[in-house]
Amino acid sequence: MLDIEDLHVKVGDREVLHDVNLRIKEGETHVLMGPNGSGKSTLLMTIMGFANYTVTKGRISFKDRDITHLPIHERAKLGIGIMFQRPPTISGLKLGKLLVATSGNRTEEVAEYAKNMHMDRFLERDINKGFSGGEIKRSEVLQLMVQKPDFVMLDEPESGVDLENISLIGAAIGKLLEKEAHIIKRKKSGLVITHTGYILDYLDADRGHVMCDGEIRCRGNPREILKDIKARGYKECLECRQN
Amino acid sequence: MPAELGKDLGLSAEDQERLAQSGIDLNMGNRCGSYIQVNQDVVQESCREEGIEVLSIGNALKKYDWIKDYVWNLVPKDKDEYTRYVAEASDPKGYVIIARKGSSNILPVQACLYLGREKIQHVHNVIIAEEGSELHIVSGCASGQHVGKGGAHYGISEFYVGKNAKISFTMIHTWGEDIDVYPRSAAKVEENGVFLSNYVCMKPVHKVQMYPTAHLVGENSVARFSSVVIATPGSHLDLGSRAILGAKGASAELVTRAITKGGTIISRGHILGKTEGTKGHLECKGLILKDGTIYAIPEIEGNVVGTELSHEAAVGKIARDEIEYLMSRGLDEESATATIIRGFLDVKIAGLPDALQKQIDAAIDVAEKAGF
Repeated sequence: MLDIEDLHVKVGDREVLHDVNLRIKEGETHVLMGPNGSGKSTLLMTIMGFANYTVTKGRISFKDRDITHLPIHERAKLGIGIMFQRPPTISGLKLGKLLVATSGNRTEEVAEYAKNMHMDRFLERDINKGFSGGEIKRSEVLQLMVQKPDFVMLDEPESGVDLENISLIGAAIGKLLEKEAHIIKRKKSGLVITHTGYILDYLDADRGHVMCDGEIRCRGNPREILKDIKARGYKECLECRQN
Repeated sequence: MPAELGKDLGLSAEDQERLAQSGIDLNMGNRCGSYIQVNQDVVQESCREEGIEVLSIGNALKKYDWIKDYVWNLVPKDKDEYTRYVAEASDPKGYVIIARKGSSNILPVQACLYLGREKIQHVHNVIIAEEGSELHIVSGCASGQHVGKGGAHYGISEFYVGKNAKISFTMIHTWGEDIDVYPRSAAKVEENGVFLSNYVCMKPVHKVQMYPTAHLVGENSVARFSSVVIATPGSHLDLGSRAILGAKGASAELVTRAITKGGTIISRGHILGKTEGTKGHLECKGLILKDGTIYAIPEIEGNVVGTELSHEAAVGKIARDEIEYLMSRGLDEESATATIIRGFLDVKIAGLPDALQKQIDAAIDVAEKAGF
């Protein structure tokens, strides 16, 4: 579904990602780990197509189509969705209004999803204005539920979220990724950035990657990678050049 | 009969639409009373609601001797050349609306001031809400499609909000790009009284210059001024509002959302805290979509211990990350931008009846549909 080859990305004058290669097949969920500032969010923002992230070399393909230089909304329409870690606040714009616009006026569906995410009271609120950590994440998941992407990118879905919210958010993300469907029938794919791994209790990720200094240094079973990192930190990853 | 009245007034379908966009319903649907003035001719003065009277100022002065005490009481005759012009007019026009003690209506009275082919339209309006009454007015000001001819509107308005009374005044402008407009307004608000003044201008106009003042003379009186404006190239909007907090517990809020697409907006505001236990807040947010000017001049002035005044003003552009956030949900850049602008202009006014909030929203929606 997603195929990234030899990707180099600049933010401003600085190259942040170097020679990133990543392939995510239909129905697979991958996990991206790595120390702060290693380039994980940059990779997600580049896949979505944000303006500050300039691809200087390499290509990104999605559903066999080169999307390296496609505008953001066209990528979204092709089926890419993103859950932001720190989304902007938009004064005056009501969450409900945006959801109705992105859903193509499916108001009833919006109301139902909002209720599921305990966000029905927030539909008349300005987007992200005064939202708590958990409310921001619920709002992000709700927006993705309405958007129905085939490939979901999640930037630290569990950060700043209490235990009660994490089970709600985790379950909803599991649904977004069709985790209830049989592995053979599963069509939705995901790429999840996590530090704690709590979200893995809800996702059963297929593959893990460790990013250091803008490169993917190793790949493998996500739970094993997480266990290693928990035990030994990222020191060895930073020194490792096996990839 | 809307079409007939429109036809009788000699209005084209297009001009009738311009009136509708200004909140004027010639069919009187959802309106409790109506005053219509075309140029200097009073076409309609009526109200079907008990306790509320809608009269032309000429008839009001004939009918009630006491009205003269309310005329030129809050706005000085010799304030400037425009007030003098109106004061010297031999045949004064404009409306008087009186909400009698204890009367209450949620349906607004509409006041339509339509400038056709005359050079100058002038009005003098007096609005009185007696003790405990509630009065809502939508004032639709429009001119016909006669670009190139020029024209001017001078309007004096004096508002008297009695004890425990409430007046909301929503003015929606649909002038032409060759029209100059000089409203001169003031309000006096007594104990527990509420005065809401809303101004919407989404259409081109050559010049608007106004600086209404609310004198909060009664304890716990409230004034809220809200303005939502767009200046297109050639438009010069010099807008202000002033609140004088003159009694304990008085409070005022002045809110402006201004967008320039090449025109000039001067957003003035002045809150004067003269008495202890008063509060005021002034807020001006401006967006520059195309090179033009937004000049915010917020003033807060406190004279005593125990007055709390604040202001915030910001002028800028739409943040790129906000546009991209919406694009990542599938909106193209143009829709994302329009959605953010619509949100920026979305000012919800506390205490305003639904019908009037919808009227304000509708006027902004028209601008959104036209692509801002």
